[in-house]
Amino acid sequence: MASWKDRYETVIGLEVHTHLKTRSKLFSPAPVQYGMEPNHSVSVIDLAMPGVLPVLNERVVLLAIRLGLAIHATVNPHSVFARKNYFYPDLPKGYQISQFEEPIVSDGWLEIELEGAGGKGRKKGKVDQPPERKRIGITRAHIEEDAGKSIHDIAVAGSEDSCIDLNRAGVPLLEIVSEPDLRSAQEASAYLRALRSILRYIGVSDADMEKGQFRCDANVSIREHGTKELGTRTEIKNLNSFTHVEDAIEAEAMRQVELIEDGGEVVQATMGYDPERRRTSVMRLKENSDDYRYFPDPDLIPLKIDPARIEAIRAELPELPEEKRARFESEYGLSSYDAGVLTASRSLADFFEETTKACGAPKVAANWITRDVLRELKERECEIEELALSPATLGALIGLVEAGRLTARSASELFPVLVAEGGDPEALMVERGLEAVSDAGAIDGFVDEVIAANPDVVEQVRAGDDKPLNFLMGQVMKASQGKADPGQVRKALAERIRG
Amino acid sequence: MSQAETLLAGSLTQQREGLDRGEVSASELLDASLARIAAHAGLAAVVSIREAAARAEAEAATKRIAEGKPLSALDGVPVLLKDNIVQAGEPATCSSRILENFVSPYDATVTERLQAAGAILVGRTNMDEFAMGSSTENSIYGPSHNPWDPTRACGGSSGGSAAAVAAGLVPLSLGSDTGGSIRQPASFCGVVGLKPTYGRVSRWGLVAFASSLDQIGPFGRTVGDCAAMLEVIAGHDPRDSTSLSEPAPRFGERSGNGLDGSVEGLKIGLPSEYFVEEGVEPGVLSRVREAIAELESAGARFIPISLPHTEHTIATYYLIATAEASSNLARFDGVRYGRRAENVKDLQDLYQRSRSEGFGAEVKRRILLGTYVLSAGYYDAYYGKAQRVRTLIRRDFEAAFGQCDLILTPTTPETAFALGAKSGDPLSMYLSDVYTVSANLAGLPALSMPCGLSEGMPVGLQLIGRPLDEATILRVGDALERRTEHHLARPTAFAGGAA
Repeated sequence: MASWKDRYETVIGLEVHTHLKTRSKLFSPAPVQYGMEPNHSVSVIDLAMPGVLPVLNERVVLLAIRLGLAIHATVNPHSVFARKNYFYPDLPKGYQISQFEEPIVSDGWLEIELEGAGGKGRKKGKVDQPPERKRIGITRAHIEEDAGKSIHDIAVAGSEDSCIDLNRAGVPLLEIVSEPDLRSAQEASAYLRALRSILRYIGVSDADMEKGQFRCDANVSIREHGTKELGTRTEIKNLNSFTHVEDAIEAEAMRQVELIEDGGEVVQATMGYDPERRRTSVMRLKENSDDYRYFPDPDLIPLKIDPARIEAIRAELPELPEEKRARFESEYGLSSYDAGVLTASRSLADFFEETTKACGAPKVAANWITRDVLRELKERECEIEELALSPATLGALIGLVEAGRLTARSASELFPVLVAEGGDPEALMVERGLEAVSDAGAIDGFVDEVIAANPDVVEQVRAGDDKPLNFLMGQVMKASQGKADPGQVRKALAERIRG
Repeated sequence: MSQAETLLAGSLTQQREGLDRGEVSASELLDASLARIAAHAGLAAVVSIREAAARAEAEAATKRIAEGKPLSALDGVPVLLKDNIVQAGEPATCSSRILENFVSPYDATVTERLQAAGAILVGRTNMDEFAMGSSTENSIYGPSHNPWDPTRACGGSSGGSAAAVAAGLVPLSLGSDTGGSIRQPASFCGVVGLKPTYGRVSRWGLVAFASSLDQIGPFGRTVGDCAAMLEVIAGHDPRDSTSLSEPAPRFGERSGNGLDGSVEGLKIGLPSEYFVEEGVEPGVLSRVREAIAELESAGARFIPISLPHTEHTIATYYLIATAEASSNLARFDGVRYGRRAENVKDLQDLYQRSRSEGFGAEVKRRILLGTYVLSAGYYDAYYGKAQRVRTLIRRDFEAAFGQCDLILTPTTPETAFALGAKSGDPLSMYLSDVYTVSANLAGLPALSMPCGLSEGMPVGLQLIGRPLDEATILRVGDALERRTEHHLARPTAFAGGAA
């Protein structure tokens, strides 16, 4: 059966709210801390006491500029804070300070990697072609403050009354708004991953979705392929995991297709997403939406940024994921796939570079990390910094293999120990008696033993069949308890059998 | 009359001398002030007193002064704050039911500075609710009465602060001026009132009415007294983003560029738009012209100037001020502090009833007006246009200050009107600000000082200076004072003591 995707395409624009990495709030000296007792991280400013005034946290400006530069955007030398007026109990002032007509960052973009034609991600081991990339426009990024939290849950609030926690009120956010350039749920999630990676690389945000530091609203519409005009869009609010983003977009696009196929039409609306039922539903229609009565906040002067400051920040900007990936390919001769995996986070990339420095074998290091280290991280559900294994240790281990002092098999045996406990690979190798046997006499002994024990197989090889050679190799390695140097073993076997 | 009472009725300079010579102690001065406040409770000028704390502070001041170590010209001097300037542990009702039981958890910057200077904060004064009004009739405490004639209004919104100084309850008080709220009551009550340059005095802790116009300033019986108080409260404050970085000069100095009595060579502009026979009381025009003659004979030169956009000032002011107020007053929602309606059905009901019950008619009128002018579809026609006209008004003054050093006008077109005379007619009430609002729109310093009586009621003269040039208007005001005795006139019921 033909999929609806053969006829329609989904058009998506994302609005991301990301908490900025600051010690204090956007306009108050109260600390930004997660997991505090409710209302224990608030100042008179966050409480909107009569007579208080906001003062801009300068670090926020620095972080916003960094983001602007990292997404190739214009950092505007003049931007304006505006009040967005609406009543809600977790919004203490009755307005949110945001930026409206003049944001600090505008007209940027970032690149995402498109998945292959078969709809599967490119896998390691395939012929390595440069991946197809797509540029996603970023309309704007602006500074604003977060609201507090309303707690309606009786168990949490301890009564039937709703309670308010203002710890989050005033936490600095960047709202990053993309162009409607995304065409599938997968592209949307690729965009979010790329953006999150950049935010973390440049130290702008931890972007931890579980902590609510990275939230997403998705604007979704559909249209028939080849159509120029955009369809009527809906906005799905508060998606807080990559899976939810993908599922919600799929569900919403599907809902819209069904509406249209049934002869109906899409109405502008704010949607909620129910992850349990995997369904979107209308929260409120846009025609009833509030008039926020935006106007420039008279308590704050326009934000002026000296171009020299922007250049100074540009000069100090760390290498971005894309640049690093390109460099890993050219400098270390890595495949595009490995370079992509290794630059997914700054800490992983640093781990790779330090390992390489210690062993001098980048491709081998890349293999170890993408295969063994990542497997360990996944199994342990931990961050790379939490492993007992340091890049220097892994480098030393690889160095022993490269020098022929340790066989790959023995290295694999030592690896879990080093991951769990750390330690010196060489000392461990000696202690466990794993040093490779490269002494020709000793190897010949093992080879003779194996040839004597397997006359039929030897006969096959002599008759010209190379396949059983591997079996004999294995037998020799087994006899040597994995310590024999495989190259030497192969050579000795060939000589003894074929003369 | 005791020595303390006699001094209390005099100027700050006289009280300073009395205190420093040991003729009177700070505690005695405070006692006299408290007694006088109690004796004249009928004026409804003072709405709360802080007796115990003030007595302790006066004792400390008495000790310091006895040791010859006064902290400043204000050390040991009793002072009153307008009820919209917060002090930790004290009420700040803004004459509103919605803040009836509110106690501030923090200090305003001016409060801190006055206390650091040793001033004794005796209590708080009556005002129009949230500073919205020109008569101090919009108050939960009832109207303040004019000490010159209790059947008349004392002006507003800082009416209580003006009446308290005129009635000799304290020598100095603070008010706030958004469109004339210091100068108009100063004029009506025959005292000196100064609105400093916007940004000269921190607004931290001033309950906001219209943030881009509000400014705190002093009331005193002489120009020199106001200068001394300004010196204490002025200067940059990092807690107010609109606070100016320029250091505050020593306004009270009687030498150098200070109050040296000279006006020789100064050019004073007389805006033709302000000197119209129509709509201005003849007595007011006569007194102002006499003052002009006096200054002319002292060596000042008067030139005619034009402020062509004067006719738009009231409309511009009421669009901008109400727009900002509608947003500033959103925080009074019954959620975190202040009045909350009882037995509410739901959130909407909580908001509606708390605010309906909590705000008075004038405040509601302005919130509605301000909400309207910021609404989608009306913003450009009202708020946007008002901002453009505001720029034109500012340019009028820039052009005028190319020709003259300061500007002289009547403060108000008429003397104090009868209580109740305008309370049913908001527009005529608004028009009583016609000469004062332009200084707020342009952010300029402006002073009102007595220049004689018309039919037994004080007439006020307004001096408007260049931005940050309080020094010149203070110097000219002081020079006029030295040549006249208008500042010595006291309402009969409150006369007494040396002056």
